[in-house]
Amino acid sequence: MTDTTQTSTTPAAPTPDAAPSLRAEAGPFFGEFGGRFMPESLIAALDELDEAYQLAKLDPEFHRELAELGRTYTGRPSILTEVPRFARHAGGARIILKREDLNHTGSHKINNVLGQALLAKRIGKKRLIAETGAGQHGVATATAAALFGMECVVYMGEVDTERQALNVARMRLLGAEVVPVASGTRTLKDALNEAFRDWVANVESTHYLLGTVAGPHPFPAMVRDFVKVIGEEARQQVIDLTGSLPDAVTACVGGGSNAIGIFHAFLDDPSVKLFGYEAAGLGVDTPQHAATITKGRPGVLHGSRSFMLQDEDGQTLDSHSISAGLDYPGVGPEHAWLSSIGRAQYLPVTDSAAMAAFRLLCTTEGIIPAIESAHALAGTIELGRELGPDATILVNLSGRGDKDVETAGHYFDVLDEQGNART
Amino acid sequence: MTTIVSPVGSAIARANSDRSGALVGYLPVGFPTLDASIDAAVALVENGVDVLELGLPYSDPVMDGPVIQAATVQALKNGTRLGDAFRAVERIRARVDAPVLLMTYWNPVLQYGVDRFADDLVSAGGAGLITPDLTVDSGADWLVTSDRTGLDRVFLAAPTSTDERLRLAVEHSRGFVYTVSTMGITGARADLDAAARTLVTRLREQGAESLAVGIGISTAEQIAEILGYADGAIVGSALVKALADGGVPAVGRLAATLAGGTAR
Repeated sequence: MTDTTQTSTTPAAPTPDAAPSLRAEAGPFFGEFGGRFMPESLIAALDELDEAYQLAKLDPEFHRELAELGRTYTGRPSILTEVPRFARHAGGARIILKREDLNHTGSHKINNVLGQALLAKRIGKKRLIAETGAGQHGVATATAAALFGMECVVYMGEVDTERQALNVARMRLLGAEVVPVASGTRTLKDALNEAFRDWVANVESTHYLLGTVAGPHPFPAMVRDFVKVIGEEARQQVIDLTGSLPDAVTACVGGGSNAIGIFHAFLDDPSVKLFGYEAAGLGVDTPQHAATITKGRPGVLHGSRSFMLQDEDGQTLDSHSISAGLDYPGVGPEHAWLSSIGRAQYLPVTDSAAMAAFRLLCTTEGIIPAIESAHALAGTIELGRELGPDATILVNLSGRGDKDVETAGHYFDVLDEQGNART
Repeated sequence: MTTIVSPVGSAIARANSDRSGALVGYLPVGFPTLDASIDAAVALVENGVDVLELGLPYSDPVMDGPVIQAATVQALKNGTRLGDAFRAVERIRARVDAPVLLMTYWNPVLQYGVDRFADDLVSAGGAGLITPDLTVDSGADWLVTSDRTGLDRVFLAAPTSTDERLRLAVEHSRGFVYTVSTMGITGARADLDAAARTLVTRLREQGAESLAVGIGISTAEQIAEILGYADGAIVGSALVKALADGGVPAVGRLAATLAGGTAR
C-alpha cells in the first residue's frame, strides 16, 4: 500500500454516517440506564410484549392503523401556535407551542395509549390496566378501552383521586373501574406498584398499559416510539413556519413521555438545545419537590435503572409537586442517559413559577395549559430571557388545563373553599 | 475449582433425610419492633422452622401482598435501617443455628454497594439472598459477588417462565430455587394452584436438586402436600399475620403447627 492511497482514503473515513445516531437507541439499555429489574413472574409477559412490538414495528399495517387512528380519532397532526404576547415576557424570543393539548382526551398521553392498545389487541389481551397520577393517562386508557371494547382498571393514588376528582369521574363515565390506592405514599408511584401487582396475578388476560417512558424494557423504548410523532411533526412544522430549526426545544418532565416525544426528532440536530423542566415543588432545597435528575441519584425503581429520589438506604423518597402528573420520584432511563451525555439539560421549576406561567398563558394568549405543561412554560420564560429576541423556542404544550381549573381556582383565589365562584 | 457448600442447601437436605422436607419461614426485620422481630425469628426456629427468610423492608415492594406490605411499612415507620438487617442476622445466629437468608429488593443492595452488602452479610453470619426483582439475566454483578463470598443466591421460577429461563434459575441458584406456586403476589390462599406441581416437575427436568415452593401457603396440610413433591415449603404472610395479631408466642405456636406438616 502506498502513501498516496492512504492519504486518499483517510479523509473519507469520518463520514457523517460514522457518527452514531442518538435516535437509534432501542433498549433495554440507554448507556448505563434502563434494563429490566422485575419479578420472574412478569418476565414472560415482558418478553411477549417485546416480541409483539418488534413484529408490529416492521408491519406497515400496524403503522397504517395507528396513523389512521391518529388522524381520525386523536386529531393529528396537532397544530403549532405562535404566542407573541406571551413571548414579550420571555425576552422577546420567538415562542412556538406544539399543541398536544388539543388532542382528543386533552393531552399527549393518547398517542402512547392508542399504540399500546392496538398492540394489546394484536396479542389478544382483553383487559387493560393502567396507573395514573393527574388522571390524564387514566382517561386516555379508559378512552382506548371503550374504543376497543376492552375491560379497564385504573390505579390511582388516593391523594390523587382527591385532587383530580374530575378525572376520576371522567374515567368512570367512560366505563373504567378506578381503584384508589391506599398503600405507601398513596400517589403515582404506589399506583404503579399496585398495577404491577395486578399484572403479576392476571398476566394472561391483561396488558399493563404503562403511561410513561419508564418501567422495565420494552416500555421505555416502546412508549418513546409511540410519542415521538410529536417531535417528528413539530420539526417539519417549525421548518415550514420559520425556514429553520428552532434554537431550543422545551418540555416538562415527570416520567418524561411528552419530553422524549418532542425531543427525539431533534436528537441528531446538535444546534438544537433540549431543555427538560422538572417539578421543583416548594424548592429543590426543601424536601418537597420532584426534581429527580437535579437532586436524585441512580438507582432501580419500577423495573429500570435511572435517576430517582431516594434516601441513603435506597428507600424511595416522597416527591411533591402541585402538578399530580409530575409528582413522581423517578424518571425514564433515556432522559437519565441524555442528561449524562449532556445532550439534554434538566432544570427545576417551582410550583409558584409554574403557576405564574400558567396564569400568564391564560391571560396573554387565551390558552389554559395543564399545570404540568406550565412548568415547561415557566422554564421557557427564563430561557427566552437568556437566549434573547433572536431565538426561536419550541415548547411542548403537553396538555390542557381543564382538569386543573379547581386547583388553579383555589391557587388564584377565584374559587372559595367550597369550590364556589367568589362573588 | 472449589465447590461452595451451601448452608441453606445442606439444611434442606438434612430436613429431607430426617423428615419429609424443610419448612422455610419469612418475617420482616423491624416488625413490630427490631427486638420483637429477632425474638419472633428465634421462636420460628425453636418451633421447627429449618431456614429463616428475613425480609428487608422496602418502600416499593411490588411482589408483596397487603399483609407483608402493612408490616414492612410499619417497620420503616419504626425507623428500620438497612444496617438493622445485619444486626438482626447476627443476633439471631447467636441464639439459634438455622441458616438465615435475607429477602431483599435490589435497590437497597445497589445503594449499599453489592460487594459491601455481601461482605457485611457474611460478617453477620448470613447465608445469602433471595432477590424477588433480580433475575439471573439482570444479575451479573450479584453472580460474581456471591461466588466470591460463597453466599447462597435464591432466584425465583414462575409458572410462566420458559424452560430456558427455568434452566437459568436452576443453574445459578444456590440453596434452593424459589418456586412461585401461583401467579400473583404474596398472601395466603385457600387453594394452591396445580401450577405448583407442574412447575416443580418442569424444574426437576432442568436438573433442580433443591427447590422450595412459596406464595399462598398457610396450613400444615398444604405443607404436607407440597413436601410430597418439593424439598421445602415457604410460609410468609400467615406468620406475619400471626405475629401482628398475637405477638411472639402466637407466631411460635403457628410455626409449631406448620412444622407438623413436615412429619414423614
